[in-house]
Amino acid sequence: MREQTVVATGATGAADYFQTYSVVGLLAVVGVLFVAVAFGAGRLLRPVVPTPEKLLTYECGVDPVGEGWAHTQVRYYVYAFLYVIFAVDSIFLFPWATVFAAPGYGATTLVEMFVFLGFLAVGLLYAYKKGVLAWT
Amino acid sequence: MNDVHDVALRLLVVFAVFLVLPLVVGQTEHKVMAHMQGRLGPMYAGGFHGWAQLVADGVKFAQKEDVVPKDADRRVFQLAPAVALLPYLLVLVAIPIGPSEGAVGQVVDAGIFFVLAVMGVGVLGSLMAGWASANKFSLLGGLRTAAQLLAYELPMLLAAASVAMAAGTVSLPGILNAFEWWWVPWQIVGALVFFVAGLAELQRPPFDMPVADSEIIFGAYTEYTGLRFALFLLAEYAGIVVLCGLTTVLFLGGWHGPFGADGLGWVWTLLKTAVLAFVVIWLRVSYPRLREDQLQKLAWTTLVPLALAQIALTGIVKVAIQ
Repeated sequence: MREQTVVATGATGAADYFQTYSVVGLLAVVGVLFVAVAFGAGRLLRPVVPTPEKLLTYECGVDPVGEGWAHTQVRYYVYAFLYVIFAVDSIFLFPWATVFAAPGYGATTLVEMFVFLGFLAVGLLYAYKKGVLAWT
Repeated sequence: MNDVHDVALRLLVVFAVFLVLPLVVGQTEHKVMAHMQGRLGPMYAGGFHGWAQLVADGVKFAQKEDVVPKDADRRVFQLAPAVALLPYLLVLVAIPIGPSEGAVGQVVDAGIFFVLAVMGVGVLGSLMAGWASANKFSLLGGLRTAAQLLAYELPMLLAAASVAMAAGTVSLPGILNAFEWWWVPWQIVGALVFFVAGLAELQRPPFDMPVADSEIIFGAYTEYTGLRFALFLLAEYAGIVVLCGLTTVLFLGGWHGPFGADGLGWVWTLLKTAVLAFVVIWLRVSYPRLREDQLQKLAWTTLVPLALAQIALTGIVKVAIQ
């Protein structure tokens, strides 16, 4: 009996799940259609008179020097590392957030939370001490 | 059959909101900015206080030539506006405006998760535009956009997680059902962090370094003209609507108001969203642009610690009252 209810709710849960995201998917289709129609209509409406000057890359109004994909120093790659580490960590907050105050958890999960926050804070502090967070 | 009609109607309404509200915000920005600067703003188009100015702009954009620079990566260049715009349409479907079943496009169980994940995609459009333009200024703008996302996505996530902790659910209607008025002072730090980080992700002033017109022309959008440029602008204003709506739902109690939620709930949601949109415009007029290093510093040394502190506070209070 109990198994049956579990199976039944599981089935409706899955059905709900697919229904939800199929509506989202439909909306995505509507959006893509909107963009396609806009671009298609734009093609019919607008003039097309290309000249070499028009097709030139616009940089300050003078002829561009060198190519556009120039070497640039990506100064924030350390931030990128930090971000990946932190973001992956904080994703796990969400499933935890839904249960942490449930009966029977309370103080234990709170301590866990402070351990987690401690890790993040120490990481941030380390990056700060290393001078990573100062722009050179 | 009824189901099909129901879904079609919901999609239609969401799509209409997606097209109309950003224009309303845009027109409000024209007028509010003008009056704050001692001007009148658009007065001619449409007759009454220039209400049709953005419609006229749209007609103008549709007639303009669509120039793709010779050196650009053509496909990516042309696709970028769509990638920047469509995520905001998808986010709108999950935002509830009233307490009843009919007042949300579609209840998404993992609401916060879905919304934050999809919103992050929009930045990809700017990055694509910046890279594909084969223009040094565009590239700089695109990279600045990416840096800004890296810095501000994290405090935004953490602030949203704090609300999920308070409510014990990640579903947006679920959060509003659990809402009590004292959540506003309890979560106020998180609310500020979320709102500021959202502004930064939208590249709105004072966080508009990626499009700083006085030094890199218009950042990633420098090479765009006509309809594609219009779509980027639409994305910016749709982003304002989405950000203000989300802040309302997560931190300001959405449909809850002093006179009860029955029947009038959606008015409260829209009113709070409108006030926040006004604040967004106000900030644009009154704050100077932050420099790139100041942007990063604000995120990593102020917003992230504040968001972590908010999580600690939320955890303690929640366990204490349990």
